[in-house]
Amino acid sequence: MSTFQVPTLADMIAQGKAPEVLFWVGCAGSFDDRAKRITKAIARILHHCEVPFAVLGAEESCTGDPAKRAGNEFLFQMQAAQNIAVLNGYEVQRIVTGCPHCFNVIKNEYPELGGTYEVMHHTQFIRDLIGQGRLKVADGNPFKGRRITFHDPCYLGRGNGEYAAPRDVLSSLDAELVEMKRCKQNGLCCGAGGAQMFKEAEKGNREVNHKRTDDVLQVKPNVVATGCPFCNTMMTDGVKHAEQEGQIDVKDIAELIAEAADLFPSN
Amino acid sequence: MIAQLIFAACVVAGATLFARRIRFIRKNILMGQRVDRFDRPIDRWKVMARVALGQGKMVARPVAGIMHILIYVGFVVINIELLEILIDGLFGTHRAFAGLGGLYDFLIATFEVLAALVLLACVVFFVRRNGMAIARFRSQEMGGWPTLDANLILVAEVFLMFAFLSMNAADVIAQGRGIDHYIVAGSFPVSQFLVPLYEGLTDAGVVAVERGMWWFHILGILSFLVYVTYSKHFHILLAFPNTYYSDLTQQGAMDNMAAVKKEVDLMMDPNADPYAAPAPEADAVPAKFGAKDATDLSWKQLMEAYTCTECGRCTSECPANQTGKLLSPRKIMMDLRDRIEEIGKQRDASGGTWNGDGKALLGSYISEEELWACTSCQACVQACPVNISPMGIVLDMRRSLIMEDSKSPESITSMFNNIENNGAPWAFPAASRGDWIQES
Repeated sequence: MSTFQVPTLADMIAQGKAPEVLFWVGCAGSFDDRAKRITKAIARILHHCEVPFAVLGAEESCTGDPAKRAGNEFLFQMQAAQNIAVLNGYEVQRIVTGCPHCFNVIKNEYPELGGTYEVMHHTQFIRDLIGQGRLKVADGNPFKGRRITFHDPCYLGRGNGEYAAPRDVLSSLDAELVEMKRCKQNGLCCGAGGAQMFKEAEKGNREVNHKRTDDVLQVKPNVVATGCPFCNTMMTDGVKHAEQEGQIDVKDIAELIAEAADLFPSN
Repeated sequence: MIAQLIFAACVVAGATLFARRIRFIRKNILMGQRVDRFDRPIDRWKVMARVALGQGKMVARPVAGIMHILIYVGFVVINIELLEILIDGLFGTHRAFAGLGGLYDFLIATFEVLAALVLLACVVFFVRRNGMAIARFRSQEMGGWPTLDANLILVAEVFLMFAFLSMNAADVIAQGRGIDHYIVAGSFPVSQFLVPLYEGLTDAGVVAVERGMWWFHILGILSFLVYVTYSKHFHILLAFPNTYYSDLTQQGAMDNMAAVKKEVDLMMDPNADPYAAPAPEADAVPAKFGAKDATDLSWKQLMEAYTCTECGRCTSECPANQTGKLLSPRKIMMDLRDRIEEIGKQRDASGGTWNGDGKALLGSYISEEELWACTSCQACVQACPVNISPMGIVLDMRRSLIMEDSKSPESITSMFNNIENNGAPWAFPAASRGDWIQES
């Protein structure tokens, strides 16, 4: 990051400081080049709003979600035990995640294994920052009047009943929000969940993300907003496959807001 | 008197056959594994009231939902009439509740209007199922018995409602002619239009139609009672307990296996003695990981199999199914029901204990390809009008594949290895996890 340094929790504790919130980056957000841009947008937002936050850096490890959903409960619980030991060791209380899968697992599955925290998805956290007046869209916001549609991530929407937060954030962009025919409870999966991201799709007549892209094309948006790094990959591929990458941008809500609030240094 | 005896015999026979099937199904369900669904009774009643009693999820699809509510309300309300039929049949009375006067007129009129609406809804359903290209009624797993089962019920319901209305029409004529035994009672807003059908008959003919329809109606209901226990239509009873015992945790949450937790705790405990003899367990049966066969699933999941009415909303919402993959969540439920019925029959044939038959739900009924097509998106769970989770069964069977058989697609194995070695599903070194911080 060019203008500020994201602190790790270890550094912060060493300096005798305690963050308000831990930013749980997730594997995609840490390693995937496209998803790293989302991570940086979230970090910029937190920094801009002067939220005292830290990341775990190398001390973070996979939550175990894809292992669990693929049937490997042992590996999941080993990952959970290791992560919970780290989080509890640092006495972490609040967590904001950049990925709905991490969000779901830490919020719903870690408590029974000894890890109880207040967990928020980044769209929820950003909504609160906007609500508190700490984050404002700039005057020259490039999304004003643009058509934006939101693709609900399964583990934020159906999994945890959060349909409002991402839409609330988007509504601050002064854009034209359009809903796909299948949205919220009825939203169609991007095709990446349940460990599908890490394997070839089973035999069929289409790819799930191509099917979902049909829904996107129907509403003719300028931007598909996502809230999950995996959805982002799938929708980006889908839009490319439909040869619409010049017309339709696929961006995470954090990126849209960071851009609209002019948080990226001009280059 | 003879008629009363025959009637009593029919009722006893129907009730006995029904009770025998219920006992069999109950035993089958209880072959499932333990799961605690007895906490939070108030929340459970609420879910049942909203989802089963209130049909809260049915109206997500308005046409089918509203038609279904008509049949449901008709079925429940018209069965109040059953009480009168039972009393009349056993004691030789006619319209035993006629003494209720105005209330009776109101009740009969209500039954008639509902009967007409049920008739209409059944015809619409029949046309939808057979005359329209609705994909979910034409999936592969619907061939043969499942479609016949659905049509049989619709046709039977049409006949039953027609018999009920004809019985009343003949009664109207008999009342008008002052035929002995036919007291003037009831209000007949619908069946009055059927009067011309039977008006030309002699007094004896009218009585024959009334009696004939009365017997057809009650024998039909008794047969239906037994039939539902063999049919997908068992949902009319099981929808209530099945929603009561719903999983009340957040829909995205997947259960943490207690047996695994015990082992992981032991591994993580620095004071544990790795050579210590295992503590004597309360249940001596060695734990199996995941579900290979029907009996490895929980009793609730087996109840779900008996509750499923094969409407196919799960399958039509499933992203894997929509893109031509083999997985159909409805088929998972149908396979499970077939399998547990098969196990139950073998158990009873061998004196009450089941010793296996060399088959298993996983492999003999459900293939690995079906399991690996699931994206765990919960669309099937969301769509089910009676809170069944086909996804839960798919994921439990994946657990068996991985933890019992070590069988997974190669790429999934690499993903496991990467998480184990690098703490990420991809092959990046764990130490580089924070490298993005330094990148501009």
